[in-house]
Amino acid sequence: MDMALPVVNATAAVLARVSAAFNAPLARAVVFGVHIDGHLVVEGLLIAVIVFQLTRKSYKPPKKPLSEKEIDELCDEWEPEPLCPPIKEGARIDTPMLESAAGPHTIVDGKEVVNFASANYLGLIGNEKIIDSCVGSLEKYGVGSCGPRGFYGTIDVHLDCEAKIANFLGTPDSILYSYGISTIFSVIPAFCKKGDIIVADEGVHWAVQNGLHLSRSTVVYFKHNDMASLASTLEKLTRGNKRAEKIRRYIVVESIYQNSGQIAPLDEIVKLKEKYRFRVILEESHSFGVLGKSGRGLAEHYGVPIEKIDIITAGMGNALATDGGFCTGSVRVVDHQRLSSSGYVFSASLPPYLASAAVSAVNYLEENPSVLASLRSNIALLHQELSDTPGLEISSHVLSPIVFLKLKKSTGSPATDLDLLETIAERVLKEDSVFIVTSKKSNLDRCKLPIGIRLFVSAGHTESDISTLSSSLKRVSASVLSDYF
Amino acid sequence: MVRLPYTTALTTLFSYGLLFAFGQLRDFFRKFIDLFKAKNVKDCFGRPIASAPDSWFDVVERTSNDNNKTLQRTSNTSRCLNLGSYNYLGFAAADEYCTPRVIESLKKYSASTCSVRVDGGTTKLHAELEDLAARFVGKPAAILFGMGYVTNSAIIPCLIGKGGLIISDSLNHNSIVNGARGSGATVRVFQHNSPAHLEEVLREQIAGGQPRTHRPWKKIIVIVEGIYSMEGELCKLPEIIAVCKKYKAYTYLDEAHSIGAVGQSGRGVCELLGVDPADVDIMMGTFTKSFGSCGGYIAASKEIIQHLKHSCPAHLYATSMSPPAVQQVISAIKVILGEDGSNRGAQKLARIRENSNFFRSELKKMGFEVLGDNDSPVMPIMLYNPAKIPAFSRECLRQKVAVVTVAFPATPLLLARARICISASHSREDLVKALDVISRVGDLVGIKYFPAEPPKIAEAGHDKLE
Repeated sequence: MDMALPVVNATAAVLARVSAAFNAPLARAVVFGVHIDGHLVVEGLLIAVIVFQLTRKSYKPPKKPLSEKEIDELCDEWEPEPLCPPIKEGARIDTPMLESAAGPHTIVDGKEVVNFASANYLGLIGNEKIIDSCVGSLEKYGVGSCGPRGFYGTIDVHLDCEAKIANFLGTPDSILYSYGISTIFSVIPAFCKKGDIIVADEGVHWAVQNGLHLSRSTVVYFKHNDMASLASTLEKLTRGNKRAEKIRRYIVVESIYQNSGQIAPLDEIVKLKEKYRFRVILEESHSFGVLGKSGRGLAEHYGVPIEKIDIITAGMGNALATDGGFCTGSVRVVDHQRLSSSGYVFSASLPPYLASAAVSAVNYLEENPSVLASLRSNIALLHQELSDTPGLEISSHVLSPIVFLKLKKSTGSPATDLDLLETIAERVLKEDSVFIVTSKKSNLDRCKLPIGIRLFVSAGHTESDISTLSSSLKRVSASVLSDYF
Repeated sequence: MVRLPYTTALTTLFSYGLLFAFGQLRDFFRKFIDLFKAKNVKDCFGRPIASAPDSWFDVVERTSNDNNKTLQRTSNTSRCLNLGSYNYLGFAAADEYCTPRVIESLKKYSASTCSVRVDGGTTKLHAELEDLAARFVGKPAAILFGMGYVTNSAIIPCLIGKGGLIISDSLNHNSIVNGARGSGATVRVFQHNSPAHLEEVLREQIAGGQPRTHRPWKKIIVIVEGIYSMEGELCKLPEIIAVCKKYKAYTYLDEAHSIGAVGQSGRGVCELLGVDPADVDIMMGTFTKSFGSCGGYIAASKEIIQHLKHSCPAHLYATSMSPPAVQQVISAIKVILGEDGSNRGAQKLARIRENSNFFRSELKKMGFEVLGDNDSPVMPIMLYNPAKIPAFSRECLRQKVAVVTVAFPATPLLLARARICISASHSREDLVKALDVISRVGDLVGIKYFPAEPPKIAEAGHDKLE
């Protein structure tokens, strides 16, 4: 306080003197009747300085655009990378060629083999009734449908197929897509837009990942099939986050994971979904026609009412032994897709004979539910017989028709693992005429689950087929993996 | 090029404005969902058919008791002339050469292989078709996919990624846009069919480099289509290839509508415009339109195809193409090439060319505004005004001609159109009847925007016009 007072006094004194100087009638001149006061002189000087500065040229660093000659030089110098990288030496390129239908027994490269590489779960390949309905369709409608669904590509068999599937599952309506994998990667972007939150399992296959990427939503992955991880992710996303209340939230899971053979615990997922208010998109390609007492899928298996799952999609290229896919849900879900789903609107519709094959396949399943029991007993038998395979262990669920065998101990590098597994598969085919395959991975796929040997069990396999496979596999893996264990 | 008269543009804008205002008013009374997905014109789209999509087909009649909000099928059908399906060479219905072989392959291989190509999904038919497709198109190797849409969306990410540049035509199909977006590369658009603008964009981009870092681009791919399905015009391929070669950019040609339909022997725009297939890096096409089947292919050099077989997700994860569909394509290509022992293929190609040129010139003489180049089997007739879309569609259907009408968002807002697809299975009488109906409906609806030529000149050229 005592420092302030002299400062204040000094300032006041200076101000008083300055204002006196300003207001003193300085030049005693009168220009046009206006007294020239001191402050007018200072103001006049300031204005003169400003005008002087404005008339100076401003210094901007010159913005020289590239001349034509320079652009020409840059274009000449630029060298693009080759369009595709060179193929690595020793990469296995040849795929086995089938010479007959891909049923439980097929002919590969001239030899008759037992086929465990086709997802023919109900054994419908070669079924007489289905082939007859296809022949009828082919004679009536030709092969292709020659147009998208909106422009005369809707044939009455498509509408029948949609009604049949919806009826079978107990949902109001369903929509048909013309290709299995395009189903999920068209459905997800149709519903999930930029700004939405999607929680997905880290083991989903490439088509789901592509759909998630195209949707431009925020995607959070949780540990593969781990409900605790899912619960904590959901908790983290919604706790205290007021914004999360207003945006759309989805959980994307597969019923049977292609990359591991695990089954998603739907009852727990539905509980979590109701607690945190998310919507569930369920990809049922490998469980439709397989799980459940009458083959109606994961919801029937767990006893969950079908209305609780918001969107169900499935490809029909597995149990139903045809092609294409469908999506089902409430009326609004299905109607929305008819105008906004790019794989439906911008693509030709499913060939009519495949749609009639789907209808016959569902009819067959309704009339013969015992085929599910044979499938289940085959899977159980295979699990039992392969439980003591040297070097390989079964990592899929006991009810999954995809039996996934992975190395008990990985060699450390995925390339060597793949090499070992492929050697096993090749030797099994060559020496014992059993056709098995390893899981393939594209370099665009971001799923990090381990690769393995995938066996697709069918209701058409006999016990002797299964014992041939298991004895062959045990023998070959013992010899191939003996260096490692 | 579309020549839109000012008065038409003004009246169309006014109509849309009126529709919008009316919609807002209706908002006070009940919720309505989306203006341009107006359910009241739902009956013009998605019409189900009950027979093969051949030149004449049965359209199922639908009724509605809530103003077209929901439509129910009836069991009545009406036999209509088909001007909407993509059936360029007439393979849509059962064919005397193809169908027996398709049924045979169905009995041998069954409707589906239930597995992916690399597992147990490759049959001898697939290998045969890949060789045949490569030979047909004029490239060393080819790879097949089960759906045309997936071909584009899954291939483009394999060829280019972050750090690359995709320059695509402004009117490219949705599958190309999806593929480009999914790849992670930067996407730039050049004015539709303008090699001059493409050159400008290329120069600017190569000189500027990647955005923000200005590093040079890893590679540049230019994507064009052979025939644009909404415009009916051919791509200016020779000029675009010349520009791309000069600037070392790769070219990707999507021949979904042009393969099999144009060209002396059906080999597409390359043959029609005299471009050597070796100059185009990647040629893509679909089997849905001219071959009456489903699926798509990519034809390129052996190294690119090998690379795709290793890394393309659609090859590694998707169920392989259904064997009867493969057999249909094999038989169709054999017919086109004349390898089935008859000259039906050459006849079909000649007929579709004659039909397209005849139809287009007649429509133009009547005073319609028709887009597209000569020889192209796709011809859009401009409607412009939104009210004329359902009017034209319904009136034509009443007179037993089935046409396709397209509006926003598939076309620009003011440029709604009706799109005609000519087929080799249309006979001259069919076309004459179609012209008659379209002329009458055009008078009713008022879409003859240009003065009709006097009938004397028309009679001299085509004497069957009674």
